[in-house]
Amino acid sequence: MGLELKNLYNDFRDAKTIKAYAKLIAQDAKKLPRPINIMEVCGGHTHTIMKYGILQLLPPNIKFIHGPGCPVCVMPKERVDHAYALAMQKDVILVTLGDMIKVPGSNGSLQDARAKGADVRFVYSPMECLKISKENPTKRIIFFAIGFETTTPMTAALLEQVIKQDIHNILVHINHVTVPEPMRVLLSDDECNIDAFLGPSHVSVISGSKIYEEFPKKWGKPVVVSGFEPVDVMESISMVVKQFVESRCELEVQYKRAVTYDGNLNAQKLIAKYFEKAPHFRFRGLGDIPEGGLKLKKEYDKYNAEVIYDAILPKEEIDDHKLCKCGEILKGKATPPECSIFGTACKPNTPIGSCMVSSEGACAAYYKYGNLL
Amino acid sequence: MTNTITLAQGNGGEENNELISNVFYRAFENEILAKSEDAAVIESGKLAMSTDSFTVSPLFFNGGDIGKLAVCGTCNDLAMMGAKPKYLTCSVIMEEGFELNQLKSIVESMKSELAKNGAVVVSGDTKVVQKGSVDKIFINTTGIGEVLQEGISSNNISEDDLILVSRDIGAHGAAIFAAREGIELETELQSDCESLFSTVEALITNGIQITAMRDATRGGLAAVLNEWAKQSDVCIEVEEEKIPVNQYVQGICEMLGFEAIALANEGTFVLAVKEKDTQTALDVLRKFHPNAQIIAKVTQEKPKKVILHSSWGTKRFLETPTGELLPRIC
Amino acid sequence: MCLSIPSKVVQIDEQTNIATVDTMGVQREASLDLMAEGDVAIGDYVLIHIGFIMNKIDEEDALASLETYKEILTAMDEEERQNAILEADRCEGS
Repeated sequence: MGLELKNLYNDFRDAKTIKAYAKLIAQDAKKLPRPINIMEVCGGHTHTIMKYGILQLLPPNIKFIHGPGCPVCVMPKERVDHAYALAMQKDVILVTLGDMIKVPGSNGSLQDARAKGADVRFVYSPMECLKISKENPTKRIIFFAIGFETTTPMTAALLEQVIKQDIHNILVHINHVTVPEPMRVLLSDDECNIDAFLGPSHVSVISGSKIYEEFPKKWGKPVVVSGFEPVDVMESISMVVKQFVESRCELEVQYKRAVTYDGNLNAQKLIAKYFEKAPHFRFRGLGDIPEGGLKLKKEYDKYNAEVIYDAILPKEEIDDHKLCKCGEILKGKATPPECSIFGTACKPNTPIGSCMVSSEGACAAYYKYGNLL
Repeated sequence: MTNTITLAQGNGGEENNELISNVFYRAFENEILAKSEDAAVIESGKLAMSTDSFTVSPLFFNGGDIGKLAVCGTCNDLAMMGAKPKYLTCSVIMEEGFELNQLKSIVESMKSELAKNGAVVVSGDTKVVQKGSVDKIFINTTGIGEVLQEGISSNNISEDDLILVSRDIGAHGAAIFAAREGIELETELQSDCESLFSTVEALITNGIQITAMRDATRGGLAAVLNEWAKQSDVCIEVEEEKIPVNQYVQGICEMLGFEAIALANEGTFVLAVKEKDTQTALDVLRKFHPNAQIIAKVTQEKPKKVILHSSWGTKRFLETPTGELLPRIC
Repeated sequence: MCLSIPSKVVQIDEQTNIATVDTMGVQREASLDLMAEGDVAIGDYVLIHIGFIMNKIDEEDALASLETYKEILTAMDEEERQNAILEADRCEGS
């Protein structure tokens, strides 16, 4: 039998299979020597877990800690302030991806900038910048680039086209972050409660599963690189549990249909051509992460909005709100409902902390899908 | 609430409701308005009245245009109160430079949609403003209808009712979003934009006692069910897999990270009917759209809340949509 | 994070290096700039992220996963059947 597109959707959301895995996990979990905490690093997994009610299908000795893998959530206020300042410049069209325009900075969000008359646009693909630049030859198009390893090569591909087509009115503002570095920071914390990881697999489609090899080897934490459909997540949980039951500690790939050990080498080459590690990137909720982000290489300064607009960009770092527990939530020391402002002062349309900002943040997912039942 | 108006406040969801109750309801407070129905029922239940403005972009889309929408929107609001649309007003605000041919074509669609409803435009107004003051053309229509079945209200839903939806959901919102600049998806999907009076008339002729009806416009099915749960102080428990969604809408949702249940409709309505009438109601609805479906029951499990049940035994709250509709792509 | 979805390649424009992909009857253009030349063919299943093809989906691996799920379901059904028989026996015995 050949594969059809609908199999790739429906069969990985099949109710019977989900139930069967729930049973399998429950059986295996009885053999667990102690309760385990699994961190899903990626916001996409948080979304699946909450939307499909997966926590309700797990025995009490399997708990989840929701990780920092949402590029919109971890964006510190000072970077949002950059976007806001750039958008407010005369003759600038600020372009970014969907959710980013809701994130509040110190003066407001990009949505607020738009309400004040700024030309802020969200696009489905960064390549739309080429079209916008042609339609607005007298304007400067600034692409505010966000995302983890998955989304980085697309920004590189845009730059490649800008240079190839000799376009002079497109700049980029780079906010690309990486996954293994914050995982290391979380594990270095003495009070860290994480026993195993579900690895972000769309990151691995680009970077390969190899980027997680150090976690079982050096840190003694199993990693299962998981797909995003509910059956994928259930199978991955089952694989994690089996590792503990069988006293194994390995890197395994559940999402074999899309992830290889080496990843997409073309994409990696493109990233290496334009970007290098930044000494550190400040993650909202977690603080400074050494080498946690990327920056544009010096030779591309003339495309770098941070260099060109250096004079008008605010430099001050802004701390997280005092009452906000996002940092602790991301480390697995607290759950969203334990935060005193969760659902009261901090809501999806008026987020205070990073985890409430995007629908993929842990708090927003708890709020939206009401894990109250 | 923010000090300046944001796009989110026109989304049909939470921010929109907050703005309406804090500004308009506070100022205009009266018994009829407070009922918060699709159309106001006036003159001791004999007449229904409703108004709506239309600002859709693009003006012409798969399955309709702003003119068709302007008639359907107001007539449907009347139909949802069991009323036959009779008299409409039509106010047009255009920017200078707007093409006459486009205007003619929009007015032609209004005419043909009025005929379907058996309604007439009896008063109108035209304004032209400087280029850039409005986005091409905005239309307001106000309608008056004659109530055929009295007592329909979103405040009276009880545990004796079942909740039905008249067809597959989300087609209008998905079709409009797919056509937006910067998104550009190619699909055969048509907006569900359609006059609902004939369906409502058939339900009434077949003797169905309708508790409540509402067309699921902005905010989609999610907004209607939440409004009903709050207005009638009941819990609505939905079987998620029963909700009809067509494959194109599903495809657009997959691509952009949307949920069909929060997408706008312009010819899809939700109804609450007494359990004994459910089968007849379903048979009538299916003559118009074969995928009409019973989707939910009414309980006291968690009053004022909507619960979604999955086919694998989990449940979650369905919230009123919040914020501007944005693709979840990164 | 990183919403990426399976789609089917229905057309390839080698000049622009852009493919047309289909997701449940919804089509859009997707850049081939991240893929090696000649790597993607019409009829392939691919993962799409923000307007780019980021890789191919391996059909064999996908089918192997689905086969595993079928086996698990069969095993579960069998177990349930055995339990039902045991249950029935117990009832008869009492």
